[in-house]
Amino acid sequence: MLKLNKRDTLLFVIVTAMVLLAPFLLNPFPQGSSMAQMFNAGYPDLMQRFVIFGILVIGFNILFGLTGYLSFGHAAFLGIGSYAAVWMFKLLSMNIIPALILSMIIAGIFSLAIGYVSLRRSGIYFSILTLAFAQMSYNLAYSVLGNPSSSYNLTNGETGLQLALDDPRILDGAAAANGALPVTKLFGLAMRDSYNLNVGGWLFTFNVGYYVAGILMLISFYVSIRIFRSPFGMMLRAVKSNQQRMNYTGLNTKPYTLAAFVISGMYAGLAGGLLSSMDPLAGAERMHWTASGEIVIMAILGGVGTLIGPIVGAGFNEYFKNILSKINDGVLHQWLSFLPDGLENFIVGILHYFVGKGWHLTLGLLFMLVIIFLPGGLVEGGQRLAKMFKSKKTDDESDSNNTPAE
Amino acid sequence: MDQILLQILNGLDKGSAYALIALGLTLIFGTLGVVNFAHGALFMIGAFCAVTLQRILNISTITIDPTKTDFLGNPAKIKTPVVETWFGPEMGASIIDWSVPLAILFAIPIMAAVGFIMERGLIKHFYKRPHADQILVTFGLAIVLQEVIKAFYGANPIPTPAPEAFRGSFDFGTYLGYEANAIIYPYWRMVYFGFSAVIIAAVFAFLQFTTFGMVVRAGMADRETVGLLGINIDKRFTIMFAIAACVAGLAGVMYAPINSPNYHMGMDFLVLSFVVVVVGGMGSLPGAVLAGFMLGILEAFASMNQVKAIFPGIDQIIIYLVAIIIILTRPRGLMGRRGVMEE
Repeated sequence: MLKLNKRDTLLFVIVTAMVLLAPFLLNPFPQGSSMAQMFNAGYPDLMQRFVIFGILVIGFNILFGLTGYLSFGHAAFLGIGSYAAVWMFKLLSMNIIPALILSMIIAGIFSLAIGYVSLRRSGIYFSILTLAFAQMSYNLAYSVLGNPSSSYNLTNGETGLQLALDDPRILDGAAAANGALPVTKLFGLAMRDSYNLNVGGWLFTFNVGYYVAGILMLISFYVSIRIFRSPFGMMLRAVKSNQQRMNYTGLNTKPYTLAAFVISGMYAGLAGGLLSSMDPLAGAERMHWTASGEIVIMAILGGVGTLIGPIVGAGFNEYFKNILSKINDGVLHQWLSFLPDGLENFIVGILHYFVGKGWHLTLGLLFMLVIIFLPGGLVEGGQRLAKMFKSKKTDDESDSNNTPAE
Repeated sequence: MDQILLQILNGLDKGSAYALIALGLTLIFGTLGVVNFAHGALFMIGAFCAVTLQRILNISTITIDPTKTDFLGNPAKIKTPVVETWFGPEMGASIIDWSVPLAILFAIPIMAAVGFIMERGLIKHFYKRPHADQILVTFGLAIVLQEVIKAFYGANPIPTPAPEAFRGSFDFGTYLGYEANAIIYPYWRMVYFGFSAVIIAAVFAFLQFTTFGMVVRAGMADRETVGLLGINIDKRFTIMFAIAACVAGLAGVMYAPINSPNYHMGMDFLVLSFVVVVVGGMGSLPGAVLAGFMLGILEAFASMNQVKAIFPGIDQIIIYLVAIIIILTRPRGLMGRRGVMEE
């Protein structure tokens, strides 16, 4: 099906089903219960983040997973895409299609320029060059191009670029008469519209924005599978395993790595455009290098170089960020109330640093643990578990297809 | 002329910080071959050593003085720092006043221990892993260290004043024969520059003139051969890591009065220090120092109003711009050696 082999088709079907049924899957607890407040993730804002960051990390994985070039400045393209989309909403129309197209094109142009320069060096130099470019873009967006009093205010600095009533919006005509800001839409469907389905105690929300982003993520995922399985993808893997040897055989690897860089930059631009489509506000902090670091974290958590890893990593990161920041001392006391008081207070006192505002710490620790013990990320963890169960049944055919080529 | 001199002076303090951090980074890179993204966190921990010592010295006993009343009419509570009761009021007050310089002594063992634990506990296991893994694990460590500091000290900057004698500014220009008020320069920045010059000189002297330093330099050039000669090079490299951590920590301690320590100051400096290392040339100690001062001074010149009038915002991006140009024209950096990090 769709020119995919059997395993990839299965994977794609599973991911499609999960994306389409996410409002059900992410709301396992009835509305109003205490478990629902904590663990349900089926509300539009979070679901949108799942799929948008999925797109971003899928793109990052095409660069880092296939070629091994670790870009520490990928958030720059996310930010550039966001700004481009908001400008499109301001100038042309509230329809998201021109906005998304422009954000991909602009991010593509930027990644072509940055990639052309950065890819002249490899390894750690490449990481630092991309980091420098991203910080430069951040500084430009934050201060130089964002000075509201100057005539070239492209980014509106600290406040962030946002819609205004007196924007031209050529295609949409005059501003709404009631003085409310227009909403982003796909032709007639507003991104923020939702259809609520009440079944028993459960409330399922089907959000237009989520499904638009979700379908785009599925397309991105499909493209990434095709890239992984194509001769082009094979070439990128060859670059990762030994670039020198490729050069000795008389092959210029630069066009291939540059193409991978531009593709992943356009993925990031698309993700940025989608972020702006869901909430038309773009700020410079999206381009800060800690945001780039977070992209790397998501990719590593999921599993670099695997197909499904980026989606797992992005979902995992966003979900746990959400849950951990919701847990506070009161909740902990409630959970641990079965323990004797002294012990309960002691444990809560320790856990206090890891939840609520301290969720960064937990994710940082988790990230380190994954790098130290599971370089292949959660996907590798899953494979190991699956293998353990398998090898208990049949001891033969253990790791015949798992030995590296060299 | 006085304008130029003023900008050079303005660049010196930031340049010193860049140079010290970059020196530590290069030491670690040159000896262990590890790119340490947690080095900024070490700088930050150093600054928080100064904060901690200040807090320790300010631990007070509270006594109630019935003869005085506070504004509510209750008997006034008088805080007496413990050091004042130990050393007498005058001596105690001046100890508290001098808490930042004293924190140097306090920070050295702490930073050495942190460096030692980091190397033996974590980085040791990453020598044979790819560079990307080393970057990522130290990046994770940086996040963790930063969050730990944030959990204990809060997210706000903590003012850590310099000793009374070094607060304020002085008229540097009059010493050089310029008219009064041409070059006004804060005392503490001068101290910071002097301090970092001493540290840099000490590190170079240590490497150049001691047997230990000679062995380390030999190990930097050819680790295997030194190991074959029966020298335990791993142990020496661990000590060098601890020394590099101390250098970063001391840079942080002395920087505390210039910029109130906050939990993300390390990250802010880290990116620039990497740029400095790359510009100076990976693995070259003189290159790191030179590039640190050079970029600091360049940044100061770029933030002059006359320059900004021609190129608006150039001060924000000058360092990155220069770095990009240098990497593209001289791929090994200013003083990089052949064969370092060139896969």
